[in-house]
Amino acid sequence: MPEDCIYIARNSAIAARALAGEMMVMNSADSTFFTLNEVATAIFQAADGQTPLHEIVRQRICEEFDVDPDEAWADAELFVAELSAHGILLVSKQPLVPETTR
Amino acid sequence: MSLMSEVGQKAFNLGVPLAVHMDVTYRCNERCVHCYLDHDDHGEMTTSEIKDVLDQLAEAGVFFLTFSGGEVFMRRDFFELVEHARRLMFNVKIKTNAVMIHEKEAQRIRKLGIDTIQISVYSHRAEVHDAITKLPHSFERTVKAIRFLHEQGLRVTIANVLMTANSADHAGVQQLAADLGVQYTLDPTITPMMDGNTSVLSLRIPGEELPEIFHNPALVANQEEYCAPPKPPSDEDLEGYSCSAGHSFCYISPYGDVFPCVQFPLPTGNIRQQKFLDIWNFSPQLKEVRSIKTKDLTVCSSCSHAGSCSRCPGLAYMEGSMRGPSTADCEKSFYRTGVPTANMLRQGLSKPRTTVPLVQIQPIAISV
Repeated sequence: MPEDCIYIARNSAIAARALAGEMMVMNSADSTFFTLNEVATAIFQAADGQTPLHEIVRQRICEEFDVDPDEAWADAELFVAELSAHGILLVSKQPLVPETTR
Repeated sequence: MSLMSEVGQKAFNLGVPLAVHMDVTYRCNERCVHCYLDHDDHGEMTTSEIKDVLDQLAEAGVFFLTFSGGEVFMRRDFFELVEHARRLMFNVKIKTNAVMIHEKEAQRIRKLGIDTIQISVYSHRAEVHDAITKLPHSFERTVKAIRFLHEQGLRVTIANVLMTANSADHAGVQQLAADLGVQYTLDPTITPMMDGNTSVLSLRIPGEELPEIFHNPALVANQEEYCAPPKPPSDEDLEGYSCSAGHSFCYISPYGDVFPCVQFPLPTGNIRQQKFLDIWNFSPQLKEVRSIKTKDLTVCSSCSHAGSCSRCPGLAYMEGSMRGPSTADCEKSFYRTGVPTANMLRQGLSKPRTTVPLVQIQPIAISV
């Protein structure tokens, strides 16, 4: 687990909705469309800009999905990097303004 | 199968309303000669009523939301409604004639993260476009708005409804779209008016002219496949359904009436009287729509086009039976492939009848 805090927030420019437990996410700017698996959906839904990523991984992934912490952190880092590259998640070392989703 | 198609199929199988078309008003600043609406306000939903509906749609799982009309910008609260929809994270598409969109509105639309703006353009010639809309200078204003929207980096599609008055202009409109750097889509469908008046159907392009459109590679991709004689329908085709209307898609009118589709005027409930999900889950009419497989269709189940026809159950319903044929689609299938449909054969026709009596159902009468 990292020492530095990373905060993630959903970009307000995207569209998102859960379908049978999996999140559909679309960025209208470049028409990218994703469906997220249950673990990625849990991270996405918890991306309130206020909770540090390592806390999200600990509370929402390790505990709920019974995953090894180092493995969960590695997966979360990859997931966040990919979605932030597409402008779907905002990443900062400071807390961010929260967004809403359902 | 694309990821989007997979999601659509999943929603269809689960009975989730993935997409909703919502008309926020029937009022309009144009008076298009082919329009099926009356333009009076018979009691539109208020701002708070529509916001409540949007909340309900988000809870129900709706992802793709199309705002249309009438002209959406006739509502002074339209931006407020779009802002609410985007806060709920819908993927929002807007259909408009754009004459009320200036630079400021275009900027606001970009900031709201709208997916697509679809704009009606009838001709590349101002005099033809304006004669159809009956609004002087509408062509000039619409094209100006398209430029504003395009400059903002927004995705714009020109929708070109073809009828007798502009049937020769599709190439010109397509070129205009290319010059403006926007997408182009063509639709030769004219539907009867909501009050049952079928006079507008005389504006439909004669069937004999459809092959010129269907066989034009500039307008229709995959020509060989699209115009090929139909393959015999498979068991999978016969176990399938006509379209997503009522399965994963529905239409909501400005008065809160819920229908399977904007082109399927079967009343299923009103959102001022029931929760959306109660209508969606328990309406007997929607259940009936969902029960009809291709094999259950009275004429079309034995048609060689059954696996590839664009049969619209709404147009079939307007002809008298949602299990019957839609003559307009029989016409398209015939002129697309040259192969007669079962509906034609049973009537001994060598070419489709171009006009049929249509039953248009009025929206539910509501006392508010």
